[in-house]
Amino acid sequence: MTSQPQATVRRAGKTSVFGWWRWRRVEGYLFIAPWLVGFVAFVLGPFLASFFLSFADWNLVRPPEWIGLEHYRTMFTNDPKWVKSFVNTVYFTVFHVPLILVVALFIALLLNRQLPGIGVFRTLFYLPSVTAGVATAILWRFVFNYRYGLFNQAIGLLGIEGPNWLGSTKWAMPAFIIMSTWGFGSLMVLYLAGLQGVPRELYEAAEIDGATAWDKLLKVTIPMMSPVIFFTMIMTVIGSFQIFTAAFIMTEGGPADATLFYILHLYRSAFQWLRIGYASAMAWILFLIILALTLIQLKLSRRWVFYAGEEPN
Amino acid sequence: MEAKQGAVGRTDSLLPLQKGWRWHKVRPVLFNTLLYLIIVAGGIIFLIPFTWMVSTSLKTLPEIQRIPQPLMPEVIRWDNYWVAWTSLPFTRWFFNTAFITVVNIFGTLLSCSLAAYGFAYTRFRGRTFLFLVLLSSMMLPYHVRLIPTFLIFNHLGWINTFLPLTVPAFFGTAFYIFLLRQFFLTLPKELDDAARIDGCNSLNIYWRIVMPLSKPALAAVTAFTFIDSWNDFLGPLIYLRQDSRLTLSLGLRMFLDFQEGTGELHLMMAASVATLIPILLVFFFAQKHFVEGVTFTGLKG
Repeated sequence: MTSQPQATVRRAGKTSVFGWWRWRRVEGYLFIAPWLVGFVAFVLGPFLASFFLSFADWNLVRPPEWIGLEHYRTMFTNDPKWVKSFVNTVYFTVFHVPLILVVALFIALLLNRQLPGIGVFRTLFYLPSVTAGVATAILWRFVFNYRYGLFNQAIGLLGIEGPNWLGSTKWAMPAFIIMSTWGFGSLMVLYLAGLQGVPRELYEAAEIDGATAWDKLLKVTIPMMSPVIFFTMIMTVIGSFQIFTAAFIMTEGGPADATLFYILHLYRSAFQWLRIGYASAMAWILFLIILALTLIQLKLSRRWVFYAGEEPN
Repeated sequence: MEAKQGAVGRTDSLLPLQKGWRWHKVRPVLFNTLLYLIIVAGGIIFLIPFTWMVSTSLKTLPEIQRIPQPLMPEVIRWDNYWVAWTSLPFTRWFFNTAFITVVNIFGTLLSCSLAAYGFAYTRFRGRTFLFLVLLSSMMLPYHVRLIPTFLIFNHLGWINTFLPLTVPAFFGTAFYIFLLRQFFLTLPKELDDAARIDGCNSLNIYWRIVMPLSKPALAAVTAFTFIDSWNDFLGPLIYLRQDSRLTLSLGLRMFLDFQEGTGELHLMMAASVATLIPILLVFFFAQKHFVEGVTFTGLKG
């Protein structure tokens, strides 16, 4: 009974086109299905789950117990290590972000020329961005070694006796900031791409008006690059709040928690002390911090980011 | 003479008037030489940590303990590499890492290109919304979903297997989907129309037309996935326990614990350099794709 009308429908050309159209509307979902399933299972689901876990006390052994905002209260009032990890991470971010942005932009400006052999340096400076891992963290651990380390031997040649970098609460963080600046390569590549996009005519017009190189940098290059700089600034801030491997390998948070970074504390809370609920609360606070910082930067960006084609205020 | 020079300057290159023709000619040469010197000096300073790493890995223990350290080893000790590599099951860890990396590359290429094709070439209700969801999911810090994801894999009994480190790759990565989708959109739309007239369906177009034309973007995704998965530390640290199942990054960390007491820095450096070799090889053969990938989306830090 049912098969007969279907057959007639299929024979009629018009409706088959309609069916084809309908199929084309559905097949898109099939293409994105793996991502969509993964998004729900591994991104959205866990994201929401950690929110609920943050209100529970759970060590994987006993059943979870609902304790409301207790974890959040502990974090702010009763966990000096959390405060320390937060302060350390902010300290690192405040120095790391401007430094790496300026260095990357400076090197990009130097390399932004059609000179023979300059491509070699672009590759060279990008290198630490691909080797960032345990091996280079080990390298830097020994670069900053008090006696045999490269750094102290180098400044020793200048007659300066270097500090015990990673063993001192005062110098451990500067060591991390120096090390992180080494990885400016990926930012530099982005800036080089941005510099290629600045129209030549702007420089030529500026030159006719008698602008110096410095004027051109401040009045043409920086404003035209501001969207790229803004974007990299947001990404670098987010990244610097998530530093982990280097801290785990170089100092393990020491000495005296001087390099206890946020994620290191989160990792220990969750996977060493099995404080699942507490670590989830930490993760959510991290999320809110990052969200707030991004929104603040977005708000402030109106004052300095210039999008071409828009009238500057 | 002076006036003529000025007139040429104005019409030809729009450069401001130059005072004498000599200075005009010499200045760029001087400037470029100075620039080269700065860049070369910067490059050398920049490379010192790497060269120190390699030279230390070829020294003897007394040499690294001497102060000041000699710049170069007296005798190049390739033997250090063999000693370091065989003192722990590095070969096993190498194959573990290689396996995880290869599976990740395969899974990522497949799932991300399918999703990217879906977003770039097919129309469906909610496409714009879902694409916005995809973009905003890139902003979610990985660590916010770390713990529940661990609980899922723990519940499935996947701890101490490679599954938690490989299976997610088959479900796409937002950043690579975005990268590929942007690339797919640059392909000429006429190809799609022509193929449809010839009777190709979407899957044919995806596999026979879009994928072969997207080799540069796929190469960039391959290169990034390789680096991410080779260097991954937190994932293996959480999921892998048994010594024979470790990856190179975990193994190196174990080696560090062993060497801490003996202070055999040369062996530590030899092991570190050895784990970097595959990365360096991939980087030097695929460097173009890294740079293209970075500039393509303006992402990836």
